[in-house]
Amino acid sequence: MPAEGPPEQFDLDAAWQLAAQVKVRPERFGALLYHFGTRQLSFLKSRTLLAVVSSLAAQQSARAACAAADVPAGELASYRRALATLAASQMICKREAA
Amino acid sequence: MTTTTALPLVEQFQYGLAAPICLTWELTYACNLSCVHCLSSSGRRDPGELSTAECKAVIDELERMQVFYVNIGGGEPTVRPDFWELLDYAAEHGVGVKFSTNGVKITADVARRLAGSDYVDVQISLDGATAAVNDAVRGAGSYAMALRAMQNLADAGFAGFKISVVITRHNVGQLDAFQAIADRFGTQLRITRLRPSGRGAGVWDELHPTAAQQRQLYDWLVSHGGNVLTGDSFFHLSGYGGSLPGLNLCGAGRVVCLIDPVGDVYACPFAIHPSFLAGNVRDSGGFTRVWQHSGLFTELRRPQAGGACESCSAFDGCRGGCMAAKFFTGLPLDGPDPECVKGHGERALATAGASSAPRPSPDHSHRSAGRRPVPITLARRPPVSACNADPLAGFTAPGR
Amino acid sequence: MADDPAAGFTDGTSEAPPGDAVAEDVLAEDVLVEEVSIDGMCGVY
Repeated sequence: MPAEGPPEQFDLDAAWQLAAQVKVRPERFGALLYHFGTRQLSFLKSRTLLAVVSSLAAQQSARAACAAADVPAGELASYRRALATLAASQMICKREAA
Repeated sequence: MTTTTALPLVEQFQYGLAAPICLTWELTYACNLSCVHCLSSSGRRDPGELSTAECKAVIDELERMQVFYVNIGGGEPTVRPDFWELLDYAAEHGVGVKFSTNGVKITADVARRLAGSDYVDVQISLDGATAAVNDAVRGAGSYAMALRAMQNLADAGFAGFKISVVITRHNVGQLDAFQAIADRFGTQLRITRLRPSGRGAGVWDELHPTAAQQRQLYDWLVSHGGNVLTGDSFFHLSGYGGSLPGLNLCGAGRVVCLIDPVGDVYACPFAIHPSFLAGNVRDSGGFTRVWQHSGLFTELRRPQAGGACESCSAFDGCRGGCMAAKFFTGLPLDGPDPECVKGHGERALATAGASSAPRPSPDHSHRSAGRRPVPITLARRPPVSACNADPLAGFTAPGR
Repeated sequence: MADDPAAGFTDGTSEAPPGDAVAEDVLAEDVLVEEVSIDGMCGVY
C-alpha cells in the first residue's frame, strides 16, 4: 500500500508523475487510466483533470499543473481529492527529488 | 468557466467509448471438451476462422485503438497452433492478454514461459470443487486436467492466475471449497453467472441456481467476497441489498463486446445471435469501424429505458439485469431478468411460453457429443376400456 | 433499506443512478475519479 494519507493530506506542492505502468487513453468525457501492475482502471471524468494528470511530470508541482490547466480556484479542492484518489491507487506517484 | 459536471458513468457511455474496455475475443470454436453449458456452443473449428495474419491485423487495430487488455477464449484457444505466436504478438504491441483455458496445453514448460511475462494473465476454468461435480458438466478427466495445469503454473511461480467458476445449482454449495483450492495454489477465485446462452440454453432450467441459492450466493459474496472476482456477473443480485463491486451495469456494446472466431462482432459474448451482431472485422473499416459506428452499438449506447422495471425499488441497483439472460429465455428486454430477486422474472417466464425462447446460433458443438438426453418418463396406463380408441382417454395433464 | 452490506468493499464506487443526484452534485462534492477493477466489467473472462 502506498504511503499516501487521507485526501486532505495530498501534497499539492510536491512533484508528481504518472506511474510507469500506467497507460492513458483520452475519452470524450475525460480519460481512462489503466495500471498494468494492479489491473485497476480509473475513469477521469473531466478533460481538465486529464490535462492536469498528463502534465504532472512536466510541472514543478501538482498545484502548478492545476494552474496550467486553468483549474478554477473554487474547484481546486475537487481536483485535490481526485489526485489523492489516484495516488492512493498508485496511478500517480511522487517524483524523486531531481 | 466551470468544468462540466462529472456525469455518472452510465450517462457517459451513451456517447460511446473510444475503444472497448473489456473486450472478449474468442479465437476458435474448436475445443477438446464439450461442456454442457458452453456459452459459445463450441467443439468444432469453423472453416471460416480468422487466419494468423488476420488475427495480427486485429491486434494491430487494438493497439491503435489503445485497447488496454483483451480477454481471449474460445472454444479452447490454446488448440490453435498459432496461439503462442499471437500471444507474443499482442505483448509486443502493448496489448495485455488474459486467456481462459481448460488447461489442456498448460504443461510445465508452457507454465514456465508464461510465468516470465508481465502482459499475460491466465484463467483456468473449473466448475466443481470435486471431480464428481466438475466432470458432470465439463466431462470425464477435466477436473484432473485443470488441477494439473494449476499445479504447473504454481510450480513455475505464476501466482497470479485465476480460477474461474460458473456457478450452478450443483456447485453453489462448494463456494468455501473453491476458495480453499484457490488458497492452496495462492491464486484468486473468480465466480461468474450461468447464462442461458449457447448450449447453456438447453440446461439452464436444471442448472441455474434456485432463488434460495441465489440468496446464499449473495450473502457469501458480501461476507467473503473481498478477494473474489465476479466479472460484474451478479449485479442482478443487488436487489437484495447493496451493490457488489464492479460497474454494475450491462456493458454490451458500450463497454464490452465480443469478436468471434470468424471475425463477427457481437454486443456481448453471452449474446452470440444474429440479433446482436454488429458487423465483422473483415468489413471495410475493420473492428474500429464496427465499434465506433455500427448501427447496433449506436442503438445500445442510447440511454436505455427500464421499461417495466423502472418503478421497482431495486431498479437502481439491478438496472433490469442481464440482457442476454432475458433474450435467451424469451423474455422482453425491457422487463425483468429471469432470475430477478423479487421473483418478477419467474412470474414472467410462467406466463411466456417456452417456445418464445430464440434458438442459440451458430452452433459448433461436436456432433458426437450430441445433446444430453432429456429425461422422459414413459407412463404406462391400462386402457380405459378395450373399446375406447381415443388416445387421450382418461389422461389428465400433470400439474407443474 | 438496510445498511449497505457492500460498505466494506474498497474496490471502486457504485454507480449513482442517472439523472437522480446530478444536479445536487454540482453543489456537493464533485467526484472526478471513479475506480473499477478491470474485472469489474461483465464480459465472460
